[in-house]
Amino acid sequence: MATQVNPTRMELTRLKKRLVTAVRGHKLLKDKRDEMVRQFMLHIRRNHALRLEVEKALQGVSTRFAMAKAQMGALRISEALLYPARAAVYEVGMKNVMSVDVPTITFTGGEEATEIPYAFTFTSSSLDNAVVELSALLPKLLELAEVEKTCNLLADEIEKTRRRVNALEYVMIPEMQTNIKFITMKLAENERASTVRLMKAKDMMAAQEAKAQAERAAKRAV
Amino acid sequence: MKERKIAVIGDPGSVMIFKAIGLDVYYEEQGPMIEKRIHKLADKGYAIIYITEEAAQLVPEAIDYYTTATFPAIIPIPSAKGSLGLGMKKLKGNVEKAVGADILFKEG
Repeated sequence: MATQVNPTRMELTRLKKRLVTAVRGHKLLKDKRDEMVRQFMLHIRRNHALRLEVEKALQGVSTRFAMAKAQMGALRISEALLYPARAAVYEVGMKNVMSVDVPTITFTGGEEATEIPYAFTFTSSSLDNAVVELSALLPKLLELAEVEKTCNLLADEIEKTRRRVNALEYVMIPEMQTNIKFITMKLAENERASTVRLMKAKDMMAAQEAKAQAERAAKRAV
Repeated sequence: MKERKIAVIGDPGSVMIFKAIGLDVYYEEQGPMIEKRIHKLADKGYAIIYITEEAAQLVPEAIDYYTTATFPAIIPIPSAKGSLGLGMKKLKGNVEKAVGADILFKEG
């Protein structure tokens, strides 16, 4: 046993109460962990698919952009993109998934044709294509950010919960059970010891009584 | 609901185009500057910071620092030179952390 415990009835009651709480806590945490893993699985699959898609699309955009840069020159490009056509439209909020605060980012723009932020006179069509493609990708980019952050936070929380579950299951609960067993046995032992002592005392008293009676009987006979 | 913005950090060749769709673009290529920029943007309450994988590689501590916070979400994206697989690696790391083994994308 790791720690010294007082073999008293008070300690025993206290430990039994704690054990009940620990067992209930363990069950709850285990359920929480299972549900979080289920949620995590849903999100991580989506995350994987989105990342593959976004990375592929972004590479396409980069290629077009590089082409435009080669055709127009870096200075012209930065001039063309100096002023943004519109602000990206989205809403940012928060959602609670199994007591983890995760962000929600929703794209609120419509499907309307993308505005090109520059005049067409000095720009190449590759740049137009790159901008249009990237605008189309924006909802996916936002979703990727939301899902990836959710996965990050969930993974972290799952790890923490698993540690707690394991600590309860393999350390706290067994330790309390051994302590309870130790105290019960110690108390039972004390009980037996005192019974034996009483019996012994009774025997001794009976023996004394018998001896006295015998002496009295001897005196009377004389 | 509080107004939160989106930023993009990276070299001009990779992230300049994001200006066209209305995101805030910051050109940073050196480790300390990127780190400073990330902290500054996080303080300002940005919701998402997209960062090129090349830039992200230089500042792992700054990115880890915000992993457990709800905002900002720091998301690595491939730069113009192509993907380094950093985003995918993080994703796999998450699976391993949560489940204990990479059970989803063994083939990858």
